[in-house]
Amino acid sequence: MDEPAVLLWLVPALPLAGALVLALMGRRWPETWIARLACATVAASAVLAAIMGADYLAAPGARVQVLWSWFTAGELSPAVALRLDGLSLVMVAVITGIGFLVHLYSSAYMAGEEGYGRYFAWLNLFVAAMLVLVLADDLLLLFVGWELVGLCSYLLIGFWYRDPANGAAARKALIMTMAGDVPLVIGLLLLFSSLGSTAMPTLLGQAAESWPPGTALPITAALLLAFGAIGKSAQLPLHTWLPSAMAGPTPVSALLHAATMVTAGVYLIARLHPLFALAPPVLAFLAWLGAITLLLAGLHALVQNDIKRVLAWSTVSQLGFMFMALGVGAVTAAMFHLFVHAFFKALLFLAAGVAILALGHEQDLRRMGGLQQRAPWAFWGFLAGGASLAAVPFISAGFFSKELILAALWQRGGGALWAVAWVGAVLTAAYITRAFIIGFLGAPVTPATGATGWRMHLPVALLVLPTLGAGWLAPPFGALLAPASGATLPATETAFLPALLAALAPLLGIAFAWYALHRRPASAPPRLASVQDTGFDRFYGAWVRGPYRRLAQRLADDPFDRPFMAAAHLAHFLWQVLSATQDGRLRRYALVLVAGTAVLLAMVMT
Amino acid sequence: MTLVFIIAVLLLGGLLAWWLERLGRGVPQRVALAAIVIALGTVFTLFGDSSEWRAHWRVPWIPHFGIELHVGVDGLSLPLVLLALLLGAVAVLVAWRVRERPGFFQFNLLWSLAGMVGVFAALDLFLFFVCWEVMLVPMYFLIALWGHEQRQRAGFKFFLFTQASGLLLLTAVVALAFSAPGGPRFDYLALLDGARAPAARWIAAGFLAAFLVKLPALPLHTWLPDAHTQAPTAASVLLAGVLLKTGAYGLLRFVLPLFPETAQAVAPALMALGAAGVLYGAVLAFAQDDVKRLVAYTSVSHMGFVLLAVFAWNRVAWQGAVMQMLAHGLATGALFVIAGALQERVHSRALSAMGGLTARVPRLAAFGMFFAIAAFGLPGLGTFIGEFLSLLGAFQANAIIAAVAALGMVLSAVYALSLIQRAFHGPPGEHRLRDLGRRESGVLALMAVGLLWLGLAPQPVFDLTAHPLQALAGG
Repeated sequence: MDEPAVLLWLVPALPLAGALVLALMGRRWPETWIARLACATVAASAVLAAIMGADYLAAPGARVQVLWSWFTAGELSPAVALRLDGLSLVMVAVITGIGFLVHLYSSAYMAGEEGYGRYFAWLNLFVAAMLVLVLADDLLLLFVGWELVGLCSYLLIGFWYRDPANGAAARKALIMTMAGDVPLVIGLLLLFSSLGSTAMPTLLGQAAESWPPGTALPITAALLLAFGAIGKSAQLPLHTWLPSAMAGPTPVSALLHAATMVTAGVYLIARLHPLFALAPPVLAFLAWLGAITLLLAGLHALVQNDIKRVLAWSTVSQLGFMFMALGVGAVTAAMFHLFVHAFFKALLFLAAGVAILALGHEQDLRRMGGLQQRAPWAFWGFLAGGASLAAVPFISAGFFSKELILAALWQRGGGALWAVAWVGAVLTAAYITRAFIIGFLGAPVTPATGATGWRMHLPVALLVLPTLGAGWLAPPFGALLAPASGATLPATETAFLPALLAALAPLLGIAFAWYALHRRPASAPPRLASVQDTGFDRFYGAWVRGPYRRLAQRLADDPFDRPFMAAAHLAHFLWQVLSATQDGRLRRYALVLVAGTAVLLAMVMT
Repeated sequence: MTLVFIIAVLLLGGLLAWWLERLGRGVPQRVALAAIVIALGTVFTLFGDSSEWRAHWRVPWIPHFGIELHVGVDGLSLPLVLLALLLGAVAVLVAWRVRERPGFFQFNLLWSLAGMVGVFAALDLFLFFVCWEVMLVPMYFLIALWGHEQRQRAGFKFFLFTQASGLLLLTAVVALAFSAPGGPRFDYLALLDGARAPAARWIAAGFLAAFLVKLPALPLHTWLPDAHTQAPTAASVLLAGVLLKTGAYGLLRFVLPLFPETAQAVAPALMALGAAGVLYGAVLAFAQDDVKRLVAYTSVSHMGFVLLAVFAWNRVAWQGAVMQMLAHGLATGALFVIAGALQERVHSRALSAMGGLTARVPRLAAFGMFFAIAAFGLPGLGTFIGEFLSLLGAFQANAIIAAVAALGMVLSAVYALSLIQRAFHGPPGEHRLRDLGRRESGVLALMAVGLLWLGLAPQPVFDLTAHPLQALAGG
């Protein structure tokens, strides 16, 4: 291994060390020290990643660094080993880059909050855990990062712990994703038991060698693993935790939606794509699941009045795009959309955060308005991010990534999937245009009182560039991922008509939203507005949470104790009966004595 | 002699602590701590030894019946002896300020600890039984004399369960010894090589019953919540941390090698029982309002994994079982320390009386969250290695049962997060409370480091247990 990659371990280790120091010292240090340390560790990771990335581009080829051998159990000997290849490089770049900007932004956003040190300890840990997840060469080590990421999301969503509602949202996030992890773990058990390794390259090689495509084993394994990804990436039916996760501080949302957590599911499937390729039915399932999620979440986003909820549903919906791409085997397209989405979604959240803070924590779109002069950073940032999300042709990065996905769907997925994705694209443009018009244009409603500083404006400004321009990176991106994913970008010579239609979709959506709001200003489409939620939460409440609570309450006294207590009560009862005979009355003793003797005599005589 | 020395130090230390009580309040706990530290230092000398039975030592005791004082530890019992002594030190440290009869308290603590070390070290079945009783009777006193409001009842229940199962154990031991060829024979190593007795099935049932009660396995667990809840903190730590492990150790040491046919015949049923215990314990833990009772039921859940793994009958599972025993000892021991600290401050064990403690006792809350998270087996901690390997081994034996037990992962997250929410999160109350002191923080920090070490670099434990588990698989 050549020089720069020797330092690979430092990339996750630095934020981890930062988390540790802050966890121990955070309550004693002043805010400036805390913010500096937390930002510095992530910045150092980002710089290291950049150096390693340059080195990688100069001489492509996976670098593996074995740190230590974890343990040996039977024939399994997982190692704590890191792997840098095209796929992990992209993820590391996104995580450290956006992670740093979110840290910088948070240092101002969270100023004066109780638990400033705790916040940054967990934010550092979040970044470190995600880095472990994407750099792991061993599937079991990946799972360590996977669960740690879930834990950090729990800690940060519930950061304002005094309000029980935040705690509920945090628990929902962890428990719901862990519900997906149960099948994931069973899938790991199946993989490790039948392939005899935990190292991903070996595992994938073995699977391709010994499992014929389309047979029961790879289908079972892929399906089980897929549930873990569905939970983590908030796809139907395990998606409802993500909109609730808005309870956390806004910068946390930016990190969680863009760089960490929800991207993990997409990454897992991309990383294990050779295994999923052996299970075509599972891929088809994922594609259609993504399609349904895309539409449903898009409809939700159309009717939300809380700016953060619009963005949350939008993430669910965009992840649906990525799952569709994964489902037709277009790994590079999915990863490129993940890459681009990370920039524009982080930008949207951070810009929304500026607006929210400027308006004194107002999140209701209908009470915002008129932000062009009052909060220009928020206005222009949100406009750029929104344009990219809507996929405005040529001037936004989102256009290129969405185009890739639509082209891949056209080529490999058939007309139905393509049509759903096209409708989804129209919907996307419509809901973000609606949010922008209601929330940012028009007349001011709430007075702007809050102050926002350069540490919040700079990340917004820095994110605008990739949000608009990263689309042109598609060709080198495809080359970078080609060896890792085994799949190249779809051929460029897509049919003309679908490409034209795809380019028209965002314009159609924008026009639709503009027209609808012009006729019926500043309100949600009336009929849809009643559909704030499709009943998933009510379903889980009535059929999962409620019954489990009732079961627990019914069992609370431990019915297995009853036989033992019955025995104890019986003994007590007999003691009472027998001790009642010992009442000290001589007459009765004599009577019993005589009666007993008579009975005995009678028995002897006969 | 090393093991005899360790046990003797603990026994004499107990007597000395009791006797020196007259010198002042601060004396007994210092004597007890010194005895445990000496014992710990001695144990570490055994790690360098690489013979199969370290500190092997035997002298005739009751020659007429072939009973010997016969001790020795192998790679399976050595880590458990270490765990027992470490948690013994923890117990003394958290009971530093016992008010009533501190000398007699430390005496019982040390004698029970000596019994535990004896249980792990005995290679003579009669000696094993004696140590079993030495460990239980002082424990009964600890519960019944220094326990909480229902201590008499809980202590009595504990006593009845353990004595009933002890009687079964004694009967089985005697039956085994007398049915062995060549007269009464209590020597474990000789019995291991000997032919099987014709009534092996009934003898096996006796052993099995005694150990399943102690583990505890599902329908026989009901002594545990009462005993753990009512016991003073130090006794809860030893109960959950060490006493339960003697049941699992008994299964691995005696039931599997001495009665392989019988054990294999009941293995599927006991695996299912283990999985049921995992789920049942997790549901009941969630249902509790009493924080100590909640932690007690988590033990039922975690020891379900051990039962599942022991009867999965392969080395991966057994490695998982041993790791689960060690990690559970640390994690649950620490949770009882925290529960005790909570009760001391809030003057209630009811979670409904707590809430928002993060704001009032941040250090206690931080440790509480760490160990609650350890209880649900976060990867990177020893509890994860134990659970995962148990599941992996069990999956190879019976995929369906393992898949059912895997549900325990999410259920344990449910109770752990509910514990965190109800105790530490939510709106804080008004009163100022004292945060953890240096002694308690130090103890908990060490236990946390231990769990991290077991999670990140567990190989030393696996190296240690490799040989005995290999022998178990081969025999």
